[in-house]
Amino acid sequence: MIAFGLPSLGADMDKGTLLEWRVRPGDAVKKGDVIAIVDTTKAAIDVECWHDGTVEELLVEPGAEIPVGTVMAVLREPGETSEQVRAQIDALRAAPARVAAPSAIPPERPAAPAAVAAGRVPVSPAARKRAAELGLAVDSIAATGPGGAVTLADVEAAAARAAPVSRGEAMRQTIAAAMARSKREIPHYYLAEDIPLALATAYLAERNAGRSVTERLLLAPLLVQAVARAVQRYPEFNGFFRDGAFVPGPGVHCGVAIALRGGGLVAPALHNVPSRDIATLNRALLDLVQRARAGSLKASEVADPTITVTSLGEQGVRSVFPIIYPPQVAIVGFGRVIERPWIVDGAIRPAPVVTASLGADHRVSDGHRGALLLAAVRDLLQRPDELAKATP
Amino acid sequence: MTRDELSARIRACLGRIAPEIDFGALQPAARLRDQVDLDSVDWLNFLVAVHADLGVDIPDAEAARLATLDQVVDYCAARIGTA
Repeated sequence: MIAFGLPSLGADMDKGTLLEWRVRPGDAVKKGDVIAIVDTTKAAIDVECWHDGTVEELLVEPGAEIPVGTVMAVLREPGETSEQVRAQIDALRAAPARVAAPSAIPPERPAAPAAVAAGRVPVSPAARKRAAELGLAVDSIAATGPGGAVTLADVEAAAARAAPVSRGEAMRQTIAAAMARSKREIPHYYLAEDIPLALATAYLAERNAGRSVTERLLLAPLLVQAVARAVQRYPEFNGFFRDGAFVPGPGVHCGVAIALRGGGLVAPALHNVPSRDIATLNRALLDLVQRARAGSLKASEVADPTITVTSLGEQGVRSVFPIIYPPQVAIVGFGRVIERPWIVDGAIRPAPVVTASLGADHRVSDGHRGALLLAAVRDLLQRPDELAKATP
Repeated sequence: MTRDELSARIRACLGRIAPEIDFGALQPAARLRDQVDLDSVDWLNFLVAVHADLGVDIPDAEAARLATLDQVVDYCAARIGTA
């Protein structure tokens, strides 16, 4: 039996709302198939299945809000029969903490708060702490605890009711929570380096001349690839800080910060970047940006970037001081490519130059290694032919 | 195809990339990127959409010279001809 749980939707998402099932009981599914669409504050996310099997039963109704990890569906493994998994489904249902009750109907607003003695509202310590974090006044919260006490659940319920309904505001809160956590927990240090791009832009111009728009390369995938191959040499910048220790990334999956129309941003992952050739990476990036802006990303993309790259593009400014997206430990930013005076062989010449900057986590690395990382990015960008090739 | 029809199809391509555009307020003779938030990925996706819809493949060097909506329409009109 395969118990299919709601996968992680990124460090700043701990729940999602099931929008629709893309499969029905009896359907055969293959690894990589999209089986459900789940809404988050940032985007509607396609949830993929990671096993081959047959759908036995769907346990969550569309409209239900469920925490990450909730068992959403039960699949039969190849060779298993319905009878073999029925008993296990009954056992799952008996463990309500793991299976969300399908509640398509939002809870009623409670009536007037439970009467309490004037002056002092009984509040559990956890509830008081949480209310303070959320900026809620405890005496305004409807209490359901013993003796009219405000419980932690009451605080969360009040916060949920007070939460704005528009996606824009919800996304702003999500970004604020992730960035506040980053600034609170991560001792950032910053480094920057000006990188000449004459060779890279000449490579692109030559490569793009005479090619169809459908094969045209942008600068962005070269920048992303330079970062990806640089962190292969300096792996302490690629991974996560979890439970007080650095955990190296399982591959180099570059999150790409994408500004959304109407505000907000997402940073979904391009997977296994170092091994890809530039044309493949270019296509993947164009597709990712378009889908991110259309609000259609895959769960695997939002869940697992191991480092983030942010590029301000040609409409931006010279440099960025990037904030790490927790639990990642580094972020590399690129400003606008600007023609600047550059000294080559003792003469001043105009050259396209980009300022690359690194925000990194001092719990994991130091400025010396960070400098080596940025220098590697700079040097890799001076050999665009090699950067463009796939590596084994 | 008339120039108006061609213009409408190019606007439709742009509208799919940047749905927030108010075409009533867009000045076709002013720089597009001063009026619409288009990055290099959007711009390339726009050119790819024009190619898919009209069959006009705009070379890299030419695309760099096209700054206004009118210039894009004129370029495509010259390539495919208008009634």
